[in-house]
Amino acid sequence: MSTTEAPPANGRHSMGQPMKRKEDARFIAGKGRYIDDIVLPNMLYLAIVHSDYPHAKITKIDKDAALKIPGVLAVITADDLAGVGLAWIPTFHGYDKQMVLAVGKVLYQYQEVAAVVATSRAAAADGVEAVVVEYEQLTPVVDPFTAKTDKTLVREDRENKTNHIYHWEVGKRAETDAAIAASDVKINERVYFQRCHPAPLEPCGCVADMNPATGTLTLYMTSQAPHAHRTVVSLVTGIPEDKIHVISPDIGGGFGNKVPVYAGYVCSAVASIVTGHPIKWIETRTENLTTTGFARDYTMDVEIGATKDGKVTALKVTTHADHGAFDAAADPTKYPAGMFGICTGSYDFPVAFTELDAYFTNKAPGGVAYRCSFRVTEASYAIERGMDLLANALGMDPADVRMKNFVRKDQFPYPSPLGFVYDSGDYHTTLQKALDKVGYKELRKEQAEKRARGELMGIGISTFTEVVGAGPSKHFDIMGIKMFDSAEIRIHPTGSGIVRAGTKSQGQGHETTWAQIVAEELGLDPQNLLVEEGDTDTAPYGLGTYASRSTPVAGAALAMAARRVREKARNIAAHVMEAPLDDVEWVDYKFQVKGVPSKTVTMKEIAFAAYTNPGPNEPGLEATYYYDPPNLTFPYGAYIAVVDVDKDTGETKVRRFLAIDDCGTVINPMIVEGQIHGGLTEGFAIAFMQEIAYDAEGNNLQPNFTEYLIPTSLESPHWETDSTCNPSPHHPIGAKGVGESPNVGSPAAFVNAVMDALSPLGIKNIDMPLTRSKVWSAIQEATKA
Amino acid sequence: MKVSLKVNGADYERDVEPRVLLAYFLREDLGLTGTHVGCDTSSCGCCVVLMDGEKAVKSCTMFAVMADGHEITTIEGMKKDGKLHPMQQAFSDQHGLQCGYCTPGMMATAIAFLKHNPDPSEAEIRDALSGNMCRCTGYNNIVKAVQQAAAELSAPAAEPVAAS
Repeated sequence: MSTTEAPPANGRHSMGQPMKRKEDARFIAGKGRYIDDIVLPNMLYLAIVHSDYPHAKITKIDKDAALKIPGVLAVITADDLAGVGLAWIPTFHGYDKQMVLAVGKVLYQYQEVAAVVATSRAAAADGVEAVVVEYEQLTPVVDPFTAKTDKTLVREDRENKTNHIYHWEVGKRAETDAAIAASDVKINERVYFQRCHPAPLEPCGCVADMNPATGTLTLYMTSQAPHAHRTVVSLVTGIPEDKIHVISPDIGGGFGNKVPVYAGYVCSAVASIVTGHPIKWIETRTENLTTTGFARDYTMDVEIGATKDGKVTALKVTTHADHGAFDAAADPTKYPAGMFGICTGSYDFPVAFTELDAYFTNKAPGGVAYRCSFRVTEASYAIERGMDLLANALGMDPADVRMKNFVRKDQFPYPSPLGFVYDSGDYHTTLQKALDKVGYKELRKEQAEKRARGELMGIGISTFTEVVGAGPSKHFDIMGIKMFDSAEIRIHPTGSGIVRAGTKSQGQGHETTWAQIVAEELGLDPQNLLVEEGDTDTAPYGLGTYASRSTPVAGAALAMAARRVREKARNIAAHVMEAPLDDVEWVDYKFQVKGVPSKTVTMKEIAFAAYTNPGPNEPGLEATYYYDPPNLTFPYGAYIAVVDVDKDTGETKVRRFLAIDDCGTVINPMIVEGQIHGGLTEGFAIAFMQEIAYDAEGNNLQPNFTEYLIPTSLESPHWETDSTCNPSPHHPIGAKGVGESPNVGSPAAFVNAVMDALSPLGIKNIDMPLTRSKVWSAIQEATKA
Repeated sequence: MKVSLKVNGADYERDVEPRVLLAYFLREDLGLTGTHVGCDTSSCGCCVVLMDGEKAVKSCTMFAVMADGHEITTIEGMKKDGKLHPMQQAFSDQHGLQCGYCTPGMMATAIAFLKHNPDPSEAEIRDALSGNMCRCTGYNNIVKAVQQAAAELSAPAAEPVAAS
C-alpha cells in the first residue's frame, strides 16, 4: 500500500507548482460560457434609455412611438417600478438608497431613465431610440468643492438638505498637527487620484428567468458575489431566498465592476416576473463606462513631517471624496472609506491622522472598484507620492528615505497608528532585492550623466503595503452579512472529488489553485478535483471575489475543510490499518502507522474505504468549513520604474519596470506572475492613459474605448517580476492574496519616476493620467521663465 | 437579404436583416459563441475572426452580408484533426489568458499575422496585436505564446511516429 507518484520539484505535492490552468481547455476552444452566450426558449431582450443631461427634471416620458415599433412589448419607467416597490433600492452598505430608473429627475449623464422590452435585440434598440424624454435642465454639480457649498442640491430626496454625505476620521488629530508643526522638514501637497473605470472586456449583463410554475427566479448574471446578490434580491423583492437562484457563468473580467447591483438586473428581473419570459440584458460598452461602478475620485492633501536627517514624525491625509449621485460605494458597513487607514503604508509613523469628507455630485455612482481593496489604492498612492515629495524636500535619495523609515522585521505583528495590525513582512530585504536586481546605483549614475546632457530620465520607487482579505467578522460585514467565506469538499469513492467555494473567479484561475490547495492537504491529484463556483444552489454561502479576498478567506476555508476531510480519513485509516487512532500519522501525503514506515495507506485508498469499508466510522468523505479570518493580510512589494521623458513632446517611455512582490505563500507561481503582469498593466493605464473626466457642464468625456484608453501590447511595457516570501502567520497556508497588489503599488512608481525625471525643472507634481499633453504643458510652464 | 458563406468548413445560406453584424450572425444565427463582443467602437478586437484563411477581420465592423462568398474561420474551427492549433496550445502553455474573453480574437489575429510574418521579433508581435485589448494578462505571456506558436509553425513537419 504505497504511492508510486514521483515527488514534485519543490518537495511539495502540488502547492507552489506552476501547474497549467484547468480552465484553459474551454477558453482556448471558444467553449467558455459567458453571460451573452446564454439563450433560453422564448427569451426577450431588454435595452435601456439613458439621460442626455447630467442634472435635469424629467417633465415627460412618451412611450407611444416606441410601443408602435414591431417587436417592442413594453417600456418600463420608475412609475412602473414604484408599483412593485422597486423604484429605489438600498445601496450595498445600506446607508443610502439609489434609483433603479430615474425618479422625477436625472442625477448624472447617461443615468437609466427607462427600459424597453422587445422580442429581439434589434427591436429593443429601436425602441430605445423611439422613447421621447423631455427634460428641464438644472445646474450640474461636478466636483466635491462645488458640492461643498450646497448652492445646488443633488439629492432633494434626502432628509438632510446637503451634498455632504459623511465625515470620517481616524487617528490623533491634535498630536499629529503638533508633531508636523514641530518638524524640521514638512511637505504638504494636494494629489488627485482621478476617477477611472475597471472596464472589464466583457460588459455586465444578465438573463432573468422567472418560472411562473415554480415561482423560482433564476438570475444568470455577471456577478462577482452571487450569494450576496441572492440575499440582496430577496431582501429588496421579498421573494424567499430559496426561490432565487443566482448563477454566475464564466466572467470576462471583473476588477470590482461586477460587484454592485445595476438597473439592468433589476429591470430584467421585474420584466421576467411580469411577462413570464426570460429577459436578457447585455450592457453596451458606453453603458458600462458611463453608469457602472467607477473607481477613485479622491482629492488628497498629504502632509508629512520629518527630522532633518529624514526620520518621519507624523502623517496627515485630508481627503475630499466624490461619490457621484448615490453613496453606492460597496464598502464594508463599518468602513465608509474602506481601508483608507492603510495610508501610513510601510513606514513607522509615531503618530498619524486622516479625515475624509464625501460628497454627492452629478456624476455616476460607485467608487471602490478597479482591482482595489476598498480605497487601499488611493491610500497607497498618497503615501508613496508623499514619501517621494519628502525625499525631494530633504534632498535625500527616495530609497534611503524609505529604508530609514520602514517598519522593521522585528516589529511584526505591527500595530499601525491608524488601527491595523500588520501580520508579517521584511520591507528592507524586499527593497534591497529590488535595488540590486534593477541595478539602482548604475541607473542613478546613468541619470546623472543624462541630466548633465539635459536629458530627462527618471527612476520611481513604490514600496507599498496592502491590506486585503476582508474580513474578520468582528469588523467586516456588508448589509449585516459577515465577510467570512466558505468551502465544501466531497471526495468520491475512486479518489477524485468536487470542491465548491463561495468565491467566483473572473480570470484568477480558481479552478486550478483551489484544486492545488486541496490536493496539497489531501495528497490527491489536483487534475481530478473539480472546482465549482458561482451557483448559489450548490456552492456554500460566501461573499464572493473582490478586494483580493479569495485566497486570504476562501483559500483558508479550503485548507481547513480539507483538514477536516483528512481527520475523518485518519479515522478510517486506523480502521483499515487496524491500528489505534493515536498511532496513525499523516506523513509524506500518506497515512502511516507511527514508527512503521512500511505500513501506509493513501488518501485514494481511504476514499474507496469510506464508501466500502468505513468500519465504525460514518460513511462518506466530505466536509464544509466556514472561515472567519482572525485578521486581515498585508501583502507588500517594492516596485521600481525607469522612464525617459521626451522634453519636446512630453512623451514618457517606460524603459523598465521591476516588481518584487511578497504575497506570502504562493499557490501557483505561474498564476501569481500572471496576476502581477495584469495588475501592472492596469496601473500603467491609470498612470498614463485613463480618466473618466466630466466637463464643467457635467458631460462624461470618456464614454467609450476611443476616449477611455486601454493599453494594448504596443504601449504596455515588458514586466520584470520577482518575489520574496514572508508567509502570513495567521493564515492556514500562509497565503496573503496578490491580485490587487500590482495595481495598488504601481501608479505611484510610475508617477514618482516621471516626477524624478522632471525634478531638474522644479516640477513637483502632475496629477494622473500623465498624458503627453499634460507633461508637455508642465515642461513648457516650467521652462518659459 | 440572402447570404451564402462557408464557416469553419461548412456551407451556410441564410436570410438575414441587412443591419446584422457578422459577429452577431456568427453568435446568434450559427451559435458560434466563441466569438465575443466587447465594445461598440471596433476597438477591443474580441470579435476578430479569420476571413479566407489568412485575413484577420473584426467581425463587428462587417455586416453579415458582406461576408457573402467568403470563408470564415472562428475559434471553434481552429482545431485540426482533433488536435489543437499550435496557437491554442501555446496560449495555454504560456499562460497567455486569464478570463478568456479576449483570447479567441487575440489568437485569430496572431494566426493571421504569422501567416504573413512567420518569424517575427517581439516588437513586430506587439505591433501586430495592437488592435486587440486584454485586461488581464499584461501581454508578456501573450507575446511568449505567439513566439512559441511561431517556432512550432515554422518548424519542419515532424516525421510521422509510429504509436508506441
